[in-house]
Amino acid sequence: MHSTTSDMRLGPLADPQLFNEPLDLGNGATDALLGYYRSMLKIRLAEEVVADLYVAGEVRCPCHLGIGQEAVAVGVSSALRPTDRVYGGHRSHSHYLAVGGNPAAMIAEIFGKGTGASAGMGGSMHLYAPEVGFHGSVPIVGATIPIAAGAALAAKMDGRGDVAVAYFGDGACEEGILHETLNMASVMRLPVLFVAENNLYSSHLDIKLRQPLDSVARFARANGVEAELVDGNDVVEVARAAERLVRASREGRGPGFIEAVTFRWRGHVGPNEDIDVGVRRSPDELAAWKGRDPIGRLRSALINAKRVAPDSFTLIEEEIRTELRDAVEAARAAPYPPEAALLDMVYANGGQTS
Amino acid sequence: MSSVAYCDAIRQGFGFVMESDPKCLAIGQGLWSPWYVGRSMDGLDRRFGKERVIDTPVSEGATTGIAVGAALHGYKPIVIHPRMDFMILATDQIVNQAAKWRHMLGGHCSPAMVIRGIVNRGGEQGAQHSQALHSWYAHIPGLRVVMPATPTDARDLLIAATQSPDPVLYIDDRWLYEWEEEMAPAADVDLESVGGVLRREGDAITLAGASYSVKLALDAAEILQTHGVTCDVVDMRILNPLDPAALRRSVRKTGRLLAIDGSWSNCGFAGELIASAVEGTRPDEWRAMPSRVTLPHAPAPTSKPLEAAYYPTADSVAAAALDIVKKST
Repeated sequence: MHSTTSDMRLGPLADPQLFNEPLDLGNGATDALLGYYRSMLKIRLAEEVVADLYVAGEVRCPCHLGIGQEAVAVGVSSALRPTDRVYGGHRSHSHYLAVGGNPAAMIAEIFGKGTGASAGMGGSMHLYAPEVGFHGSVPIVGATIPIAAGAALAAKMDGRGDVAVAYFGDGACEEGILHETLNMASVMRLPVLFVAENNLYSSHLDIKLRQPLDSVARFARANGVEAELVDGNDVVEVARAAERLVRASREGRGPGFIEAVTFRWRGHVGPNEDIDVGVRRSPDELAAWKGRDPIGRLRSALINAKRVAPDSFTLIEEEIRTELRDAVEAARAAPYPPEAALLDMVYANGGQTS
Repeated sequence: MSSVAYCDAIRQGFGFVMESDPKCLAIGQGLWSPWYVGRSMDGLDRRFGKERVIDTPVSEGATTGIAVGAALHGYKPIVIHPRMDFMILATDQIVNQAAKWRHMLGGHCSPAMVIRGIVNRGGEQGAQHSQALHSWYAHIPGLRVVMPATPTDARDLLIAATQSPDPVLYIDDRWLYEWEEEMAPAADVDLESVGGVLRREGDAITLAGASYSVKLALDAAEILQTHGVTCDVVDMRILNPLDPAALRRSVRKTGRLLAIDGSWSNCGFAGELIASAVEGTRPDEWRAMPSRVTLPHAPAPTSKPLEAAYYPTADSVAAAALDIVKKST
């Protein structure tokens, strides 16, 4: 693990010229590593499909893509079970897919179709798959952080060792609700894992222009919550940190916090890379971060170690592409929600009729 | 039957729901203190344990969000905001989250929970210790908003709110805490079966409102009686979704309406009462233009004479009603 320097900066982790070599696989089992690879590639390709649909004009709902950040969700999810409770934000395709959310239901949801994950009522920013532990995502920044803590309170009262996960970004760390929740989760010893995806930008604005120090794990430590700073583009390292902190939560030792340093390859919203006037992202910085590709680094490591034959990767990719192609076809053909859904879903027994 | 005060009736409601539903929790600031919420929750922590009656840090937003999360996983939290002014800090969780999750997640889930906001004003407490913000929240689809006026409703609407499959904002008013009445034993209550109710019958004018405004209307009705004017008093009880049936029935009979509300006029509940009465009646059913009594369009003052000028009284309500009746007779 990485330790922040005493002044709570990310230091070398924020430098995209570093940490771009193949991953250190340690003694990780090949099956598990290949599972990470498959999961990350599925997320990458699904988001590329969404981006292409957006460019083609088939999809209009705002989509916040996390291409380049796949290792965080996949690493964290490796420590979870379906009875855990995962909550996300506006950029949560990866969080949903990594626990096993159905890609076809996600794509249908983005199309606004009745077969979608949220019956076509939510779109990209409102995904839902409780059967695999994904209990919802919303775009109000930081809003699901206390909700995940409440899910953790319920888990604690249920007494079956389940945990909750709150995913959020470095921007959400500027919301008061994070600090309130860290304090309460700590004092109430709630089994919740806070996962900060620090991708160094909130919308268009560099973290250096928003915070005096660039490591957000400092907020966890200030509230007595154990924190780990990891290379968010190293799925093995993320998985190891998640496994340790989740185990502690399951055993009643309260909350944990992971700060995963990563980078999104696309803009804040939509398919473009957003290297524009007014956006502090340079082409050089983006190119360097693409060299720290979480998928490429795992793939190189598996090939170098002769753990996996190169044609296995081709096969995996073909399987995923077929699944996604079918998902898009099904979404195109699916019906929109009925107009009655407008009122029917307001209250448990329908909407206002007077 | 014995006589029970409004605040004790609230406590009885808590006792009933926490006794009958082991998943019911109470969470909020001051719940282990005898002085935060009057007598309305006294001793509940000792009766049900500090795991189910949870006193919290000074974090309205996170506390309410934690309740939303617990509700999404099978618990029935009642979040207590001892003063509604501070509940504004939890508005994202109430308006954006609790009220919307069912709809925006395709009807698959609902944070069925109760948010209790207490109106606590007067006594020179000033602009941020006085507000009745029900009109804001009643604007929001997905949130049910209830305001009990009587001790029985204080207990029964809390029970109904807790047993509802939807998020419910329950607003009680400390000016009603010592109002006593005899109550039948507590029982389950289906919130959707509760609508507006006629509290007093008369012919000349309809006085309509909710919560403390009903008390004002009943006191005003006594005054009006001495002027030979009898009135209907309609207690709306539920602000959202609003059921205007009882109000419209009454207005069709009296042909006159005075809406009374303890919040401001602009985009407020009193205006909603007038609009929904007008929408459900014919012009020839009216004998006079409807009118409303609300707060002046100003924050609450502290100074004693200004405060006296600020809040409507039974006298000012009676005067306004008499004015409508006289002009149209």
